[in-house]
Amino acid sequence: MKPDLPASKRTILVAMSGGVDSCVAAALLHRAGHTVIGVTMKLWCYAEGPSPARGCCTLDAIDDCRAVARKIGFSHYVLDLEDDFREHVIEDFVGEYLAGRTPNPCVQCNNWLKFGELMRRADLLECDLVATGHYARRGVDADGRATLLRAVDGAKDQSYVLWGLTQEAISRALFPLGTMTKEEVREAARELGLPVADKKESQDICFVEGKRYVDFLRERYPERTSPAGEVQDASGRTLGRHGGVHGFTVGQRRGLNVAAGRRLYVTRIEPETGTVVVDDEAALYQSEAGISRVNYLSGEIPSGPVAGAAKIRYLHAPAAAVLRPGTPGTARVRFQEPQRAMTPGQSLVLYDGDRVVAGGIIQDVS
Amino acid sequence: MPRIYLDHNASTPVRAEVLDAMLPYFREHYGNASSAHAFGQEAKGAIEEARAKVAALVNAAPAEIVFTSGGTESDNMGVFGAARALAGKGRHVVVSEIEHEAVRNAAGALEAEGFTVTRVPAMADGRVDPDAVAKALRPDTVLVSVMAANNETGVLQPVAAIGSLCAERGIAFHTDAVQAAGKIPVDARAWQATYLTIAAHKFYGPKGVGALYVKRGAKTAPLLFGGEHERGRRPGTENVPGIVGMGAAAELARAELDTAPPRMAALRDRLEQGILARVPQVVVHGAGAPRACNTSHLSFAGAEGEHLLLTLDQKGIACSSGSACKSGSSHPSGVLLSMGVPALVAQAAVRWSVGRATTEAEIDYVLETVPAVVQKLRAASPTFAA
Repeated sequence: MKPDLPASKRTILVAMSGGVDSCVAAALLHRAGHTVIGVTMKLWCYAEGPSPARGCCTLDAIDDCRAVARKIGFSHYVLDLEDDFREHVIEDFVGEYLAGRTPNPCVQCNNWLKFGELMRRADLLECDLVATGHYARRGVDADGRATLLRAVDGAKDQSYVLWGLTQEAISRALFPLGTMTKEEVREAARELGLPVADKKESQDICFVEGKRYVDFLRERYPERTSPAGEVQDASGRTLGRHGGVHGFTVGQRRGLNVAAGRRLYVTRIEPETGTVVVDDEAALYQSEAGISRVNYLSGEIPSGPVAGAAKIRYLHAPAAAVLRPGTPGTARVRFQEPQRAMTPGQSLVLYDGDRVVAGGIIQDVS
Repeated sequence: MPRIYLDHNASTPVRAEVLDAMLPYFREHYGNASSAHAFGQEAKGAIEEARAKVAALVNAAPAEIVFTSGGTESDNMGVFGAARALAGKGRHVVVSEIEHEAVRNAAGALEAEGFTVTRVPAMADGRVDPDAVAKALRPDTVLVSVMAANNETGVLQPVAAIGSLCAERGIAFHTDAVQAAGKIPVDARAWQATYLTIAAHKFYGPKGVGALYVKRGAKTAPLLFGGEHERGRRPGTENVPGIVGMGAAAELARAELDTAPPRMAALRDRLEQGILARVPQVVVHGAGAPRACNTSHLSFAGAEGEHLLLTLDQKGIACSSGSACKSGSSHPSGVLLSMGVPALVAQAAVRWSVGRATTEAEIDYVLETVPAVVQKLRAASPTFAA
């Protein structure tokens, strides 16, 4: 399908990561006659260590963005958001792992940087809209409110990591690629002659790229540790000891260092006591999750339960569930069928069909 | 949209006369200056002519001029190379805190080699106090490096006084005069400099060529290893067109020292006074000290310099938020911090540097544009209170 572009001429800030997606988004907007200001966020503090080789917002990525902007003919700036990134994304990531949870830093980056700080910068640069290369769509509901919808290319859909967008952010956001497939985007890149057309995609967390997250934590924050403690079975029997809860994720099977004669999985992490609870696979299946930092994309807290389909991790098929709003910022979500390995720290996103209704961070599972 | 360039401290356009002088050395006189034949002699002759012109600009003898790839290499030679050559006498070096990175990081590299470096801060007015330099000297001090004009504030440093106190003690003195050349008389002799750096592209010459004045008899340890070019001080086939361009630019800069700086000062003052009259809560950095004729470094409380820079760029006005070598970084300027400027004020700093082709009409466009932009940034600032 065709890209989703505004009908009238606008001034648009395009967040460019250096990947093919955001570069194509910027180029298509420029070709359609809009005034495009490309920006790349400089996120990595190079003084603290070498930049990851690939991935978004590295020095190579910044060069790639510059090359695209020059070739297509729009202005491009590098914004230094190292401090924001360190404070809101890396700190959250490290803190969550050390607290025995499994964070999704992309969600934090979108909330704080792309649709937080970048929107503010867009105002200063007199841009009406902020575009990104995300695969998601924008719509309008019956009341005229902006909505966030799943991308047409279901395999690429990224609406899951955008659950934190406020009404204001959605109404100013633009996702030109939400109506296209990845293959169409690559085709467009080739047609535009973009040097990034065949660039490999990075699926890793940008700042951990090429390593395991535990190694990242150990190398960058050797002084920060998480509670060590016991590995116990469901009855409280001690099976072994471990050096820190941050090395575990709910659903994990490997690296438990216990001999039980059967397959055991991490089913619960108790950071207060440092206990990692392991059990049979069946115990991973749970039906209810409490979520915090809840955002309702309509901008209004629903008056009662909302039925829909909820997704508990990036690669999870949404499952029927009902969300009940709780105290401000919290909610409980009950699934029709038990779900495997719901993980504290991950995002839970509730959909109504293609529309993102609400999202939050999983706190507890029962 | 207009395109107004007020970032001449970052770089300047090559003057038409300079380019005309350079062009024959690309296509007609392309010989290697080390070659014995006629082609080589043409190139060699042109280099020596240029050397004399550059020497005249800094009041030196031609033999005291070494051509380099630019200001950074000259600074490296004059600090790192010089200290290494002097290491037999002692291993202590004094630099100011407001030096360009080329000097600051060369000093850092010396530390990694076991030298001790003392860093002298600036005073509130942006000047380095010669007494503070004198106090930093030790029996094993072999080198002092203090710039002639600061790249951010334009503040002229008391280099003659510092040169004199170094000379009295037999300590070598390097000065980075990159931002001084073409704006004030640069005088290696009067300043008693042992080493002095200039770069062609700051005075309407080409990029990629600079010079280091090395006082007759003074030594530098080589940074590069190769042939016997530049009297064995700097190997590598000479950048003949660049050197010719630097010579032409130096000759013009020297010839216009009486006329160009006053004209630039008038434009700079028009800009600075105009902004102060139209925008409240603006701080002029280095206002209490003598400054280079073309530079105005202003902090607009509540408006981050980086934001102001990008917004003005969208309106066709090019200025800078600190040194061009640091763009893309929003960390406050080390120069301003050294002067005791609070970090928030330092972050709100924008440097304007006019040039010989700047016009009054351009300044007036800037004066029409800036107040509204600043007001908008201030309105969006969570910390600004009018």
